[in-house]
Formats: sequence, C-alpha cells, structure tokens
Amino acid sequence: MITPGRALAIVGLLAIAVWPLAVQDVFLQRVGALVLLAAISASAWNLLGGYAGQVSVGHALYFGIGAYAGLVVYTEWGWPPIAGAPLGVAVSATLAIVVGLPTFRLRGHYFSMATIAAAELARILAANWPLLGAAVGLMGPPRPRTIADLSFTSPVPYHYLFLAVLLALLGLTALMQRSRMGYYLAAIRGGDRAARSLGVPVLRYKLYALLLSASFTSIAGTLYAVMVGFVDPDSVLGILVSVKMIIIAALGGAGTLYGPLVGATILIPLEETTNALLGGGGTGITYIIYGAIIVFVARFQPGGVAALWRHAAAWRARRAARGTHAA
Amino acid sequence: MILLQVVVSGLLMGAVYALFSSGLTLIWGMMNVVNFAHGDFVMLAMYAAFFAFTLLHLGPVWFVPIAAMLLFALGVIVYLGLVRHVARGPMLAQILGTFGLALVLRYAAFWAFTADFVSLPENLVGGTFDLGGIRIQASRLLAGVVALVITLGMHLLLTCTALGSRLLAVAEDRNAAMLMGIRPDRMQALAWGLGGASTGIAGALIALFFYIAPTVGESLTLIGFVVVCLGGFGSVPGALIAGLAIGVIEALSAYLIGGVYQDVVVYALFLAVLWVRPQGLLGTT
Repeated sequence: MITPGRALAIVGLLAIAVWPLAVQDVFLQRVGALVLLAAISASAWNLLGGYAGQVSVGHALYFGIGAYAGLVVYTEWGWPPIAGAPLGVAVSATLAIVVGLPTFRLRGHYFSMATIAAAELARILAANWPLLGAAVGLMGPPRPRTIADLSFTSPVPYHYLFLAVLLALLGLTALMQRSRMGYYLAAIRGGDRAARSLGVPVLRYKLYALLLSASFTSIAGTLYAVMVGFVDPDSVLGILVSVKMIIIAALGGAGTLYGPLVGATILIPLEETTNALLGGGGTGITYIIYGAIIVFVARFQPGGVAALWRHAAAWRARRAARGTHAA
Repeated sequence: MILLQVVVSGLLMGAVYALFSSGLTLIWGMMNVVNFAHGDFVMLAMYAAFFAFTLLHLGPVWFVPIAAMLLFALGVIVYLGLVRHVARGPMLAQILGTFGLALVLRYAAFWAFTADFVSLPENLVGGTFDLGGIRIQASRLLAGVVALVITLGMHLLLTCTALGSRLLAVAEDRNAAMLMGIRPDRMQALAWGLGGASTGIAGALIALFFYIAPTVGESLTLIGFVVVCLGGFGSVPGALIAGLAIGVIEALSAYLIGGVYQDVVVYALFLAVLWVRPQGLLGTT
C-alpha cells in the first residue's frame, strides 16, 4: 500500500539519486555527497543508539579506525585506500567486543561516559603513535595512480558510491527492524531488566547491534578518508565526530529508518553554508548552531522530525475520521 | 624529594578537582542527571576571573565570590530552563540536553574570546614557598587549601544543616520529601545552583595558575566523571578522596611517563573502575 510516508520516502530517494545530475554546481554536488556520508555514519550509530537505545558518545572510535585503516594501507604498503575497509572493519569489530562486553553491563549514563573515555583514549594514543603520523596525521595518494584509488576531482562518483553503501545499510536496517532482532532491540531500549524477564538474550543482542553499528561506522570512516585524502586525530577521532552522528540521528528521529538521512539533509547543508559564508571562523558558529539545535530538540521534541511527522499523520487520521463521520 | 614534590602538587590540584566534582556528584545524586557541560562551567568561571582582573581591575580576593555568584545563577537558569524538562524525558534527551549546552558554551566562548590561550599574570598571588625542600607555588597552595576547605564546607552543609537535610531528603525519595512539605523543584534548583557555584569557585582558583582557553572544559568534564565514578555517585566525601587520588595519579604519571600520557592513565583507570566496580570504589548499592 502507498502510504504518505512511503510516497515521501520514494520521492526523497529519487531526488537524492538525480541530485548530482540535476545541479551542475560543484559546491552543491559536494554537499550532496557529504549529506550521504553523514547519513551513513549516523544510520550506523542509529542501530545501537537509536534502535537498541544504548547512547554511545564514542563512535568516533570506529569512524577513526576506519579512516586510519584506509590511509595506513596506503602509507605502509601502497594499497589503494578503499582496500583498508576490511582491515578497519576487522579492527573495529574486535575493539567493539573488547570495549563492548564489559561496558554493556553499565546502564544509562555510565555507558555513555565509558564510550567517551574509550574514544578519547584512542584519540590521545593516535596522536602519539608514529605509525599513524602522530599529531600530524596521514595523507592519501597525492594524485590517482589507478582507478582503484577512487580519487576524483568531481564529487559525483562519490555521491553514487556513498548512495550505494547507504542503501545497503538502510536495506539491512529495514530487514533487521522486521526480524526477531528488531523486536529484541525495541525491548532492550525499553529497559534491560524488563527485556531480560521476557527472555531476551540482552547482552548478545546488544553486542550484535554494536558489531553491526561499529562495522558500518568504520566503513563510513574509510569512505571519508578515500574522499578527503587526509586524516588527523581531531578530524576523525575527536569527540565532535561522535557528537555529529548523534545530533544528526536525533534531529531526524533516533530509532527510525529514515531519521538519520533526514537529519543529515537538514544539518549538513547548514554546516557547509555557514562554513562557506564565514570561512575558517565559521567552524565555531556552526557548533553553536549545532548545540542550540540539540538543546531545542531535547527540550521540546526528543523524537525529532520523525515524531513531528507521526503527530501530523495522527492529526490527518483524526481529521479524516471526523470527515467520514460528518458525511 | 622530587617525587614528594610531585605528590604534593598533585594533592593541591586534586583538591580543586574534588571541589567541582562535589558539585557534579551532588546534582547526580539528587536527580540522576549527568551534567555533560560541567567542565565548561569551570571554563566560564576561569574567564570570569580573567575579566574581573582585566576589565574591572579587581584583585584576586574578588575572583572567587564573583565567579561563584555568576555560576550559581547559571546553574539555576540551566535547571529551570532545560534540565527540569529533559529530566523526565528519555535518556537520549537528557544526554543531548546538557551535551548541546556544552557545545553552545564552548563554541560561544571560542567565538567571543577567540581560541587564543590567555592567563592571569603569574605574580598575582606571588612567590614560591620552600617547605623543607619542597617548592610550592603560592597560587597552587592557595587554590588547594581554599578548595579543600570549601569541599569540606559543602559536606557540612549537606550533613549538618536543615537545608542539607532537605536536599538529601529529595535525593532519597522525591515523593516522601513532598509529603514532608519540601518542594523538590526548589531543592533541585538549589542543587544546580550549588553545583554551579562549586565550578565557579574551582574555576576562579584554577585561573590563578593555569592557562585559560575555550577547550579546557572538555578534559575537566571527563576528570569530573572519573572522580565521581571513583568516589561513588552522590557522595561528597567520596569525591574528595577520589579527587585527591586522581590529582596525585595524574601528577605521578605526568612525571614518570610523560605529560601527554597523564590523561591516558586517568581515562584507562576510569574504564577499569567502571568495568570492575560500576558503583564506584566507595559506593554502596
């Protein structure tokens, strides 16, 4: 059945698919690609933070691992950066188990604080590790050697690469949502103890959600490194990297399929525009706006845009019911 | 002898950590809400002291009362405007609320005061003492002693006064406190005010000997978390002991393995404690 929600999703995805062809301006094309990249990492965060309700403030850990993996395989062995993706996923998954297993015993705020500390630990270690270029960071290939380097001057190829990854992730999320795992995660979000009393294997499913979430966050990191060609500790492991994923997901609607994409479509153009208008000094303003937005979302509408949409749908339904009643 | 000097300077810094962490632990114990902007409150207090000196030409005696009053007001405003509403909402809203506030404060400071490091003149609280071979800066000694006294004062306020009993009653059981004629909302606003004031005093004290920058709040927030977790949530004496311990551990690791790794040691310790004893070293339940 075509509901208004589904119709909107189809129109939106079609618009995203033709965007780089419809606009010829390179700035706008680049914004489009960045929206998709941000949507990938926020959707990956959403698996754990939204669906399972475990608010990680340290996902920069996995993003940074993916980004560094991409450029380390280049600087050490001369491989194309994208070949670092499996390495990044392997390291992220391992760390997810090492960090996740003990951390999942913690509830609520304690979990969030532990994830911040783990990510900050990784940032400081990366900033002092010569293999990772220490505080200076790593550079990718200065000019493309083969097509495998995926180094293009136009943002358009990146747009379609990111779109493919995002669709795969959203497809997987939609499947998960309808599977046993989706219901288990919803129960876990409602409360550990209640879920356990219903017979949900809480620890195991939290770990599944984290593994999936960390792997895709790591892939997003590798894609970032491929596109930008440069990583340093602050740009990929800084606390703001984690915060951005949360803000984007929460603004759109945490724990909903399209929420992160909606959030990215609102916030990334805003960020790129303020940066372009205000230059280097704009970074500060961008984060003031970011902060103000999440304070407002938290204060007035914790469900984000998705909750507004649900309210609107409920209102339409009520009006329709009243209409038929009157007729 | 150098080792002893390192330990003493760690203890003095630790007393300041204990002071602002006691505010964090009070808020936490009262309403089970974490203030992710706590370190940024300290940062604002440091700027308050700096501008009291450069713009108003006031002496160091004024820094503590001015910063304490400003941050008390900020704490109450944040409670009434934001925290009161998100505290009843989902966990994500609680975290986002104070985290967003931290971003706004940090980058507003960035924008208003620029990213440049500033500091108060070094000789403002002059000189260096020589105590039996241990050399201590007067400013650090003053900061440590004042912080220690005020943290103990906070403990006495909570345990020995009627007001403290009312605060603890709300922390214990909101509804029962209401039945006893206590207004929980007022008490929680007061807890946020006291939490703010603790950061105000701590910030004014740190400003005497430390550089001031918009980003300094981030690591202070984390140190606050570490201290509160170690000391047990809601316990002021716990925060005092844990604060002193963290100060010493930080100073020792900076001395023994190098300044860049002092945070690594503290954060790793934090994770280890969360994993082994999530209720804190001194906590019960």
